[in-house]
Amino acid sequence: MADTLAQHGAPQVPGHGPAVDPGGEGGTRRDFLYLTTAAFTVVGVGALAVPFIASMNPSRDVLALASTEVDLSPIAVGSAVTIVWRGKPVFVRRRTAEEVQAARQTPLSELPDPAPDQSRVKKDEWLVLLGVCTHLGCVPLGQKPSDSRGEFGGWFCPCHGSHYDTSGRIRKGPAPANLAVPDYVFTSDTQIRIG
Amino acid sequence: MAIGLHESEFKNPVIRWVDARLPVFTMMQKEYGTFPTPRNFNYFWNFGGLALVNLVIMIATGIFLAMNYTAHVNFAFDSVERIMRDVNYGWLLRYVHANGASMFFIVIYIHIWRALYYGSYKAPRELLFMLGVVIFLLMMATAFLGYVLPWGQMSFWGATVITNLFSAIPLVGESIVTWLWGGFSVDNPTLNRFYSLHYLLPFVTFGVVFLHIAALHITGSNNPLGIDPKGPQDTLPFHPYYTAKDSVGLIVYFIVFAALVFFAPNLLGHPDNYTPANPLVTPPHIVPEWYFLPFYAILRAVPDKLGGVILMGGSIMILFILPWLDTSPIRSMRFRPLARIALLVWLVSFFVLMYCGAKPPEEPWVLIARLATLYYFAYFLVILPALGAKERGLPLPASISMPVLRGGGPLPAGAMAKPMEKA
Repeated sequence: MADTLAQHGAPQVPGHGPAVDPGGEGGTRRDFLYLTTAAFTVVGVGALAVPFIASMNPSRDVLALASTEVDLSPIAVGSAVTIVWRGKPVFVRRRTAEEVQAARQTPLSELPDPAPDQSRVKKDEWLVLLGVCTHLGCVPLGQKPSDSRGEFGGWFCPCHGSHYDTSGRIRKGPAPANLAVPDYVFTSDTQIRIG
Repeated sequence: MAIGLHESEFKNPVIRWVDARLPVFTMMQKEYGTFPTPRNFNYFWNFGGLALVNLVIMIATGIFLAMNYTAHVNFAFDSVERIMRDVNYGWLLRYVHANGASMFFIVIYIHIWRALYYGSYKAPRELLFMLGVVIFLLMMATAFLGYVLPWGQMSFWGATVITNLFSAIPLVGESIVTWLWGGFSVDNPTLNRFYSLHYLLPFVTFGVVFLHIAALHITGSNNPLGIDPKGPQDTLPFHPYYTAKDSVGLIVYFIVFAALVFFAPNLLGHPDNYTPANPLVTPPHIVPEWYFLPFYAILRAVPDKLGGVILMGGSIMILFILPWLDTSPIRSMRFRPLARIALLVWLVSFFVLMYCGAKPPEEPWVLIARLATLYYFAYFLVILPALGAKERGLPLPASISMPVLRGGGPLPAGAMAKPMEKA
């Protein structure tokens, strides 16, 4: 390129050095200007894209609805309720002693996503889970007494056939992970706050 | 003729005045009037034109539906029902739009199949074919976004399942899904952006269609023999020969379209989508629209989440490299006895996947879907490269006009000049 410019008599600005690089090694001043312009354009467009992309993330009003209180006193042993938190179902199940025992006695080696039952509950009886299948986000069955609870007595996702146990852990099917445990605290013996 | 004006051949003074300044009439005459087109097209060559007509129908009905649709989770379902019951001819607009999507996929699947069978993806039409795959992807995205808008149960849960596919991406997957949703579940922000994009993408598609046609008019059309036209005796002007032939196909297309719209408007839909969306209850059996079933079956055939998503995406992305996977110099499958059988079996595997995709994820459907998925990919990755090296093709005819005007079979050596003289 330097040669071509030289042949066609590239314009030279007096007092500002040659527009062509006679050695051809370091590039010309014009090359520098091209690269600087291109770099500024890329950075500028990138910076302008930020507000557009960020506008698609959750807005303040969506983030504001982040916590939900649940009264546990009406839930009988062996039954469950579904509540809505951030537009998603949360399963609260009051487990029977047998269900707790079944979850505790399962060897971790049999689990695709190993986690002891103790790490998934705050009180043995109360299992609080995000009711969203970790495969593709369907709501698993198992909350109502009439529902199928799958082969492991927990939940069964009808969309693609994932089976969860009485600790909400994945046992069989395409889901890669256990049902998530949301952040929650016991605000009293019969009350929790999720989120 | 003033300097800078195009020398127009049109006689009408108004057309001539415009054409001299903006030669659109000359361009139309060149590209759609006298455009030299192989003389041996069969009816498979109708489907590109049909697809363009279908796109125009979708945009036209869509614009009018948008005048009565409300993109809000509390009103969307009811606004669609109002279109069906209260808006004058709203039922017609909506049924044409909904069944138009199905017609579009029927037309495009036949159009793609035509390209696969007659080797229209091979040099020099690789980029033309790749632009077609881009159009197919845009169409799939648009169809998916549009299906969410009525906010029925299948809309909601289809949107949930498909957007969750992105959660399979390691590390950033969950953040991407939250970004797509604009919240922590499919909700009002999701519906609003889907509506915006559903309106945008058809116009993007239109732009890519223009590039697709521009590329076609550089290389010229392929033909059922897959050999290049060797001169004017092998081609016909596009008008009136193929405008007439396309019109015949167009009438058949409208008959099928009208039969669906007027006699079975909900045949290809799902009754669950007439139940308003409920984020707390997943329908017992989620199925996508029929045109996505083969890809859904591939997704479910893989027992691993990320693997399923990769194979499902790969099943279409593989078309981008098809021109280089098929190394055979013969375009048309008419002259490839082994590859033709392999491609017909591939078509069977496509329909088997479509059937499995509609079935619950249980045996024997999972196993059958796995075998069909295996063959779907083996055709592209193993069979085509192997046959490109090994297969002995049948002898090609010497020219297009030869079999058309004189019956099939190759010419004896030295007889090449004869049909040339005839023209």
